[in-house]
Amino acid sequence: MGLSISDEKFKGRVEEGINDDFMRGAVRSAQERLQTNRLAAANELGNWEEWRSLGEEIRQHVLNNLDYYLYQLSENVSKRGGHVFFAQTAEEASRYIKEVVQKKNAKKVIKSKSMVTEEIGMNEALMEAGSTVVESDLGEYILQVAGDHPSHIVAPALHKNKDQIRDVFRDRLGYTGTEKPEELAAFARKVLREEFLSAEIGITGCNFAIAESGSVGLVTNEGNADMVTTLPKTQIAVMGMERLVPTYEEFEVLVSLLTRSAVGQRLTSYITTVTGPKEAGEVDGPEEFHLVIVDNGRSDILGTEFQQVLQCIRCAACINVCPVYRNIGGHSYGSIYPGPIGAVLSPLLGGYDKYKELPYASSLCGACTEACPVKIPLHELLIKHRQVIAEKEKRSPVAERLLMKAFGVGASKPGLYGAGAKMASKVVRPFLKDDLIHKGPGPMKPWTDVRDFPAPNKEPFRDWFEKREKDRGQKK
Amino acid sequence: MNGAIQNRDAFLNNIAGRLGRKPVVSGVARPDYKHKPQYDVLPNANQEELLEVLRQQSLSVHVDFFETDAKTLPGKLNEVVELYGGGPVSLWNDKRFGEFGLTPLIEEGWPEMGIETHVWDPEIGEKNIALCEKANVGITFSDITLAESGTVVLFSSKERGRSVSLLPKTYIAIVPKSTIVPRMTQAALKIREKIKNGETVPSCINFITGPSNSADIEMNLIVGVHGPVKAAYIVVNDQ
Repeated sequence: MGLSISDEKFKGRVEEGINDDFMRGAVRSAQERLQTNRLAAANELGNWEEWRSLGEEIRQHVLNNLDYYLYQLSENVSKRGGHVFFAQTAEEASRYIKEVVQKKNAKKVIKSKSMVTEEIGMNEALMEAGSTVVESDLGEYILQVAGDHPSHIVAPALHKNKDQIRDVFRDRLGYTGTEKPEELAAFARKVLREEFLSAEIGITGCNFAIAESGSVGLVTNEGNADMVTTLPKTQIAVMGMERLVPTYEEFEVLVSLLTRSAVGQRLTSYITTVTGPKEAGEVDGPEEFHLVIVDNGRSDILGTEFQQVLQCIRCAACINVCPVYRNIGGHSYGSIYPGPIGAVLSPLLGGYDKYKELPYASSLCGACTEACPVKIPLHELLIKHRQVIAEKEKRSPVAERLLMKAFGVGASKPGLYGAGAKMASKVVRPFLKDDLIHKGPGPMKPWTDVRDFPAPNKEPFRDWFEKREKDRGQKK
Repeated sequence: MNGAIQNRDAFLNNIAGRLGRKPVVSGVARPDYKHKPQYDVLPNANQEELLEVLRQQSLSVHVDFFETDAKTLPGKLNEVVELYGGGPVSLWNDKRFGEFGLTPLIEEGWPEMGIETHVWDPEIGEKNIALCEKANVGITFSDITLAESGTVVLFSSKERGRSVSLLPKTYIAIVPKSTIVPRMTQAALKIREKIKNGETVPSCINFITGPSNSADIEMNLIVGVHGPVKAAYIVVNDQ
């Protein structure tokens, strides 16, 4: 499917989202649960800020030395007998994977959940080549059977209710049971077990590769990635080029940040590192191992003011706290990457032509930045996008141009940020009533129609945050 | 034999160019990180305290938790297998089963009780996988056990198939008390130690924390999706 999940315009997508009452209710309760769990998991450590700082340090060190670590990773995968393919574009990546599948004359491919394979449109390429591609993550499987798209990067089928799932299973797979989640899952387990056992090729993403050992690390709760890497004879792992760490020591830190931030678990049920194909004498595991390292626009972000977005570990914590996502749902973003991270990343990977509205789909409340376990300044990057759009591309309405200029000048120079934020509250004033923004300018309108946002605070987020951190520090 | 590496130079040159410098393929040292919070978790806990943390956490991740000493281990293992509905049983071919006095149960006890027993055997090839798929219970030892998260760490080898902990309907990990460490940090250090000593990293390392589960349907927790639907840890006092 590629990065884009819809040809509809932003406004139409948002309207569809806000009229879907079930979806909005489901998103609200999922956000609440995930957020509560995340906070509990973070707070129990007692020094979460230190963990976040370490996460940030690790990610920045890797990005600044990315060529070195990718070199080391590829050497070590190769030493273990694995093949490494560096793909500059989505097409190159898909073509290579298709060639491997065709060489094996494989009819069935089983997958574990992977955003990057969605991004490169791999499933379509393989289906064109005549292979069946089966998703094995329960949520992804439901969407595949239903012919639908993910709306959340960790809980992809969040927008579907159990009755809809029962109906889809009944109509497409001959399911005769009830809508009880346990029963639906037991049915999927049985169907998918057969698929695992009969697939010739297993394809996984990669949460983090480990350069020093040439390993690929996979994180799931269902154990499906383990099935995919244990049973088929050929394994292909596909990774975004920035998703690696120097050693197991950094791996464990990032995994700890990921599982706590994504689902509030100390660790998920299955965390697995696979290194090359199986060794001589081993029975299970793949005979052949391929690692496909994908650029697809990422290198254009390196060395720019947006580089920090590449620190992302795809935990979705920012999505789970976002008031805009809460109201418009994942599909409104029109990208496989929704929420604040999607609003920053999608225009970079897919271009402003398609995604120019996304940086405005934010109230700039900064909750995303605060939630991010690797300290990506998400709301500041959104402001930078608006600045680029407003100043360079001249695409935004006049009100936004004014507003964002005020934000933008300050955001590029931290010292001026305070002044910019204070100016912003004046620029927004025409839309204010009782200190709430009732009618957002331009693209903000569809979601301010359903929700009033607090106006930019007299005390800007950054000042508030610093003060709060100071208070916290004193309490320690 | 080394695997192929394709398109690397152009790819890495482009990255280095974006970073505004020449490509670097050697000489980068891991930084001395300013923050080290991972060492602040259970820093001075003794083995008893770690066991208690493991017990609490195991229960919260839906693991059936048992404790025993070396002498009573065979009885306890048999009891848990029966609790899970008996055989067929699949096991690693691991010398620790012998060291912990389990050989008589595996080689005589269970067969006499009519419990089908399959010990992983590279000689029979893929038949191992079929047997695990049919098995009701898979049993392995834990190589490293993480107290904080309630996790058992398994190193694969030709005698220790990945399928044993994954394909059977239920899974039992035997946890020697001496394998318990505070958290994943210590496991990472042990694995790195192997690498530094020139040992080969196992082709598969599992960090398993309870039975498989999913919350993909309306955020309801469903225990038992693709992997085992039940999991037990039997901690053995080996000290």
